[in-house]
Amino acid sequence: MSFLIDSSIMITSQILFFGFGWLFFMRQLFKDYEVRQYVVQVIFSVTFAFSCTMFELIIFEILKVLNSSSRYFHWKMNLCVILLILVFMVPFYIGYFIVSNIRLLHKQRLLFSCLLWLTFMYFFWKLGDPFPILSPKHGILSIEQLISRVGVIGVTLMALLSGFGAVNCPYTYMSYFLRNVTDADILALERRLLQTMDMIISKKKRMAMTRRTMFQKGEVHNKPSGFWGMIKSVTTSIPGSEMPDLTLIQQEVDALEELSRQLFLETADLYATKERIEYSKTFKGKYFNFLGYFFSIYCVWKIFMATINIVFDRVGKTDPVTRGIEITVNYLGIQFDVKFWSQHISFILVGIIIVTSIRGLLITLTKGMYFVSSVLLIRMSMPLEYRTIITEVLGELQFNFYHRWFDVIFLVSALSSILFLYLAHKQAPEKHMAP
Amino acid sequence: MASLDRVKVLVLGDSGVGKSSLVHLLCQNQVLGNPSWTVGCSVDVRLHDYKEGTPEEKTYYIELWDVGGSVGSASSVKSTRAVFYNSVNGIILVHDLTNKKSSQNLYRWSLEALNRDLVPTGVLVTNGDYDREQFADNQIPLLVIGTKLDQIHETKRHEVLTRTAFLAEDFNAEEINLDCTNLRCLAAGSSNAVKLSRFFDKVIEKRYFLREGNQIPGFPDRKRFGGGPLKSLHYD
Repeated sequence: MSFLIDSSIMITSQILFFGFGWLFFMRQLFKDYEVRQYVVQVIFSVTFAFSCTMFELIIFEILKVLNSSSRYFHWKMNLCVILLILVFMVPFYIGYFIVSNIRLLHKQRLLFSCLLWLTFMYFFWKLGDPFPILSPKHGILSIEQLISRVGVIGVTLMALLSGFGAVNCPYTYMSYFLRNVTDADILALERRLLQTMDMIISKKKRMAMTRRTMFQKGEVHNKPSGFWGMIKSVTTSIPGSEMPDLTLIQQEVDALEELSRQLFLETADLYATKERIEYSKTFKGKYFNFLGYFFSIYCVWKIFMATINIVFDRVGKTDPVTRGIEITVNYLGIQFDVKFWSQHISFILVGIIIVTSIRGLLITLTKGMYFVSSVLLIRMSMPLEYRTIITEVLGELQFNFYHRWFDVIFLVSALSSILFLYLAHKQAPEKHMAP
Repeated sequence: MASLDRVKVLVLGDSGVGKSSLVHLLCQNQVLGNPSWTVGCSVDVRLHDYKEGTPEEKTYYIELWDVGGSVGSASSVKSTRAVFYNSVNGIILVHDLTNKKSSQNLYRWSLEALNRDLVPTGVLVTNGDYDREQFADNQIPLLVIGTKLDQIHETKRHEVLTRTAFLAEDFNAEEINLDCTNLRCLAAGSSNAVKLSRFFDKVIEKRYFLREGNQIPGFPDRKRFGGGPLKSLHYD
């Protein structure tokens, strides 16, 4: 009886999440565009619903709500469905849409998308080989295999994103990095942009006029195609003396158009910076600035820990928050149930990180993989007692490996994004100094 | 080389409706083979014979400024786009016949270009409630073009065309519906070509001829810092 009640609770919450995902999709992500294919929307909402249900199940496990066996059953079921969607449906539809965009293959859409999907499955499988995740006890199509592969991809992606985010977040929020932009700068840049546009226009006018006079003279405008065509146009230079001019002018126009695009992007960038400067002077801006400092310290700490983990070949058993609280408590000598509180706080922190990253990632389609991998990583952050059920469900996976892999990728991506941002930051002020 | 007089026409519309294809068709008389995203603004030039067939025939350059982007862009992008809206003589509003939102967004586009800012909420005003007076005193000629006509099924065509007729009425403008991949849509002598020609004639008249008779001030320049130097830059 309790099983039925539990199931009904689960299903209701799933429907709620589905509706929420649908609304979110319509309102936030695609506010200004119209999505014609409802299939995409349905798949998105279903994936979203199931991912949220998994998250909910974790919460239930910690808080010990609902019957244990029914929880277990729902875990398994959810996992199966998510994996099914992830590995089978989503790649298939991605392939299908990509193929239908290429006009050539329009007729045999289905066939080509199946081919694409098979290639994807092949690479997906091959991915498993270099990593120590195959345990000889299980067969080929078992859940553990799929999860391990999905987990690897997801962990990689998440580490990449966290690394980038850890560096980008302080950079964006802290006003220390904001370049000083004056109105005169913007005006000068706009003037250059308009000048470039005028140059493009005058060249195009010449071309149009030339073409019209040629047309009126009755010459057939034959574009010199290929090698022989070009040689021909050179030799017949006297009557067609305007033709080589056209290709030359066209090249100049192309270069100028590229320049105008660059100038446009730079101007937009300057406007954005100016707005940020103004925003940082308001109260909200100052508040975020302060938070930015805090968060940047946390990010630096994470990078540091990742380095240490790799260098000293250690697997992170406790996360920084727990350690931080332990240290504080010991220092202040307060009677505090450390374990209880730290568990909740670290859990909330992980949740916040996931939610804020989910928002960014909901726009991409790798959300599903991301979610499975974040489950795996939550497991590392939770104290030992709660790990049993998750291990039981997810089978024997090498969790240590995952954590090590995460640290490596995190470090690599953080360092490369630091390098990238440094270069971008250096380059920008130089560009504006040039006349 | 600018021995002929010139006229500036903006081509506005949502991303992907086919502005670049349209401009290419109008200026080069060719179908655009590989359309790609327009970053910033791309310009093309068309030679137009004003009052063709009469003794007063004169050729003008019509500059078609194809401004890329979407109405929901960040305000920094909007401010950057605003630099292209100076001293405009005509506006072509392009929407996709298969996509209703692009038609609705035309109101916001026209307001953005005409410098009367809509309140930045996400709520779009639909046909019925719209304040036509805002466009009644507008001096700049508008033209509404609907693209991708070939993708509308025969049975739905009537319903779509009625809707677009209302749209054009709201703007007090003519409308043309065509398919940018078909050269025959704008063949000389077809009704589309006639409407287009009439529109360009109207733009040229408003720019060059009404000035002398009727002292109607030109398009009021946007109030920006240093509006003066920018204006003198454009008129050679």
